[in-house]
Amino acid sequence: MKSREKLWGRDRARSVGAEMFRRALGKTLGFVSYTIQYGCIAHCAFEYIGEFVACSGPSMEPTITSHDVVFSERLSRHLCRIENGDIVITKSPFDPHMNICKRVIGLEGDKVCTSGPSDIFKTHQYVPKGHVWLEGDNLRNSTDSRSYGPVPYALIRGRVCLKLWPLHHFGALNQSPTGRVIKRSN
Amino acid sequence: MRFWGNPYYTVNRGANRGDRKKMARTKPNWLSLGPGGAPVGVPDVTEWSTSTEVTFLVMAQQAGAGRRYIRAFVSGFFVAVPVTVTVLDRFAYVARVEGASMQPSLNPEGNVTGSDVVLLNRWSVRNYQVRRGDIVSVLATKRAEVSRCKRIDAYPTVHTVARSPKNPQQKIIKRVIALEGDFIKTLGYKNRYLRVPDGHFWIEGDHHGHSLDSNSFGPVSLGLVHGRASHIIWPPNRWQRIEPSLPPERKPLLNWHGDTTEEED
Repeated sequence: MKSREKLWGRDRARSVGAEMFRRALGKTLGFVSYTIQYGCIAHCAFEYIGEFVACSGPSMEPTITSHDVVFSERLSRHLCRIENGDIVITKSPFDPHMNICKRVIGLEGDKVCTSGPSDIFKTHQYVPKGHVWLEGDNLRNSTDSRSYGPVPYALIRGRVCLKLWPLHHFGALNQSPTGRVIKRSN
Repeated sequence: MRFWGNPYYTVNRGANRGDRKKMARTKPNWLSLGPGGAPVGVPDVTEWSTSTEVTFLVMAQQAGAGRRYIRAFVSGFFVAVPVTVTVLDRFAYVARVEGASMQPSLNPEGNVTGSDVVLLNRWSVRNYQVRRGDIVSVLATKRAEVSRCKRIDAYPTVHTVARSPKNPQQKIIKRVIALEGDFIKTLGYKNRYLRVPDGHFWIEGDHHGHSLDSNSFGPVSLGLVHGRASHIIWPPNRWQRIEPSLPPERKPLLNWHGDTTEEED
């Protein structure tokens, strides 16, 4: 192998150019591999640990107002630990690109009251297997399971556990103000 | 990546500056070890020759090697696991098809000669774009039932994989028959004719009598689609690309998006 001192003229320029190219290629490959690795770690974090969600709309007032930022954790969804009274983020059953944020009123098998407060005769419905019944906290201004029926459990994305913004309301979220959450015996 | 250096000293040559992952502990020269395990740079070697000190130095060197292995394992683990999980979640994964609901397209001989294994493409459904005639895997809305009870009003799946009762992450493989807005004739659903609602689609198994599909539980929300079966990869004599094909008698009658009516081409 020729050492660099023995090359002259064009050969030297060629080997220096090749070495620079190799170094640049090595740096690019290193950068790309770091990007892939950290991108995958970020995907796993957002998919299995939790994500930040900015909410909009009036259907969850007063618990969550429009333009609040909350943190929703994914672990309880993957471990099937969603309970009655949890606020969940789900994919909308009518538009999979949109997400909705509602409270779980009943899990599968629970008997939910589907009639409004002004109806004389109360109607009930059993939540089918594999579905949940969602309602917003602002009952007067919320389209939820009362209009489109129970939502499949597999559409749930995560459970909201912390409110992050506005800062003066930082912390855990309140219980349901509506009193419609079904109490389970166990 | 050089691991086999001596952990107890670093050589600050220019070439090593690129090795950021190498342990960079510097220590005083009097603890440097030479090739025989004895330290170099110490004027009188005899005071180190008692057995306990030599044992201590050898154990320390082995602990260093053990720590290198652990470090290599941990760094490899933190690279391999997220990359694998991301590939399985975002790009494609492989699954075995069980049951007879998609005969003759999948599992034509049933489980006798071994089930088909299909490649499920998750990248092509990332925007929930499915076509009529595609074979897709869908998150089932029911937990797996023990096959003693066969209620039609339940939403069970044909793939009775043993799972804990609280886990609804069963997936079913069926063919897409109709998309949102299509007006179709159903086979055994409570409504004879139906317009598929917005954001939903209609799936059916190819083996009509033995399939629990939209004819039992109605239209399925598009958010539940999990992957599109693109290739059969096992057994080798059934290697093929799965083409979308809709049986002509199951084509939608009409496509109706609110007030605009388009003919199905």
